[in-house]
Amino acid sequence: MIAPAHSIKRGVSLYSFQEEYFLRTLSLEQCIATAASMGALGIESIGEQMMPGFPKLGDAFYAGWHGWMRQYGTIPVCHDMFLDTLFYKHRRLTHEECVASVERDLQHAARLGCKVVRMLVSVSPELMESCLPAAEKYDVKMGIEVHAPWDLDHPWFQRHLEMIVRTGTKHAGLIPDMGIFTKRLPRVVRDRALRQGATPKVVEYVCQAYEAGIMREYIVAEARNMGGNPAALAFAESARHNNFSPPRRLTEYCPYMFHLHAKFYEMLEDGTEYSIPYEQIIAALKAGGYQGYLSSEYEGNRHIQDAFPVDSVEQVRRQQAMLARLLGESAASTPQLATH
Amino acid sequence: MFDRYMICEQGFRNRRQGEKVLGFEFGARLPYYRGLGLSMVEDIAVTVDGQALARTALALRLRGRRWTVAELETEYEERWEMGEVAVLEVDLPGGLKPGAHQLELREQLRISYLPFPGGGQDTKTLVLEA
Repeated sequence: MIAPAHSIKRGVSLYSFQEEYFLRTLSLEQCIATAASMGALGIESIGEQMMPGFPKLGDAFYAGWHGWMRQYGTIPVCHDMFLDTLFYKHRRLTHEECVASVERDLQHAARLGCKVVRMLVSVSPELMESCLPAAEKYDVKMGIEVHAPWDLDHPWFQRHLEMIVRTGTKHAGLIPDMGIFTKRLPRVVRDRALRQGATPKVVEYVCQAYEAGIMREYIVAEARNMGGNPAALAFAESARHNNFSPPRRLTEYCPYMFHLHAKFYEMLEDGTEYSIPYEQIIAALKAGGYQGYLSSEYEGNRHIQDAFPVDSVEQVRRQQAMLARLLGESAASTPQLATH
Repeated sequence: MFDRYMICEQGFRNRRQGEKVLGFEFGARLPYYRGLGLSMVEDIAVTVDGQALARTALALRLRGRRWTVAELETEYEERWEMGEVAVLEVDLPGGLKPGAHQLELREQLRISYLPFPGGGQDTKTLVLEA
């Protein structure tokens, strides 16, 4: 067998299975086992989602967690943090309180065995810098999530990079969400708008205009001029929440990336994602020497649950098969994909 | 996100104390993809058969503890976990008549990173359990 010319690995953010966890058809352990069955061994978790009692999780919880990692052969990769700056009704958290909250998450990540914490997109470079000593103490890297509708070149992330370069830290970086490469508006979002009665010709226009790269302001204005009804105008507004920039931009940023979210909305039966060009993405990552995980992040459930049964497991399975193919993994290295 | 699951299909019944019917209750969940500290549950509003109920008539029961909506604001320890079923108690002397009723539930949540108010809304017609 020829050794792969990259060291990109596959994982799953358990965020992907939120529908099943919410309805209690999958437990935390079953989510982990499901990811492992797809050969996606890197586990990203959200304490506030699937670990009741967070942040006060006892020793028994962490012992159980490490037991699952051994049992299923999985690796704890990333913890997703939140920051309740509006915890109190009448005042915002102070800077010191924010630092303490982040430290709590860094400590949790370390106890899980994760080397990475996904920082919310809204976390400022100043807060990140203040948290560097804690990140060093726990030896956990903080990655700011680069999320649509922004992109890697946005001034907010440039400011983060300035801080990273100036301090020379190895404990901060970027976690791009592949939703920043949404070439076509998700079909599941379009179809939901149509189910809600959106004017079909306006919906069609918005999709075509988005794909053609027309500025969002013009799209929204034209949708109004065309006489779109409220559902159609809401769909036009959704164009503002999406973004496409050339995936090759990733290559330049790879030195600052140690994790990423393989966001997707709909895996088709032919093994491609409807909106996001993963072939170009993987090529750009290989070119940049990216060495972290591709962490599946399924977000289609909320757009189909009004009309269809949600099967996040099948969706993630299809995406993992696509990622394995694009990474050049041999069939022998992922036997579960064929048989499960 | 999970608005359609906010009102639970089961657990809709009158609340009694001896012979007296105090009101009714039903199972409720957050529409959010993560749990939230109760201090960030800003408001809960319930309408039954088109009639809006007073905020002061509502209370939330979770793992054996109980808060009025006003008391949630200063509850800094307990969390309402993702997908966890709480019981919403409604004071309505005499309760509801047997049969089907339309319930509407709105929850307003303070989600720090969103540039707009968080929360959700669900409407379901349920048959009162015996």
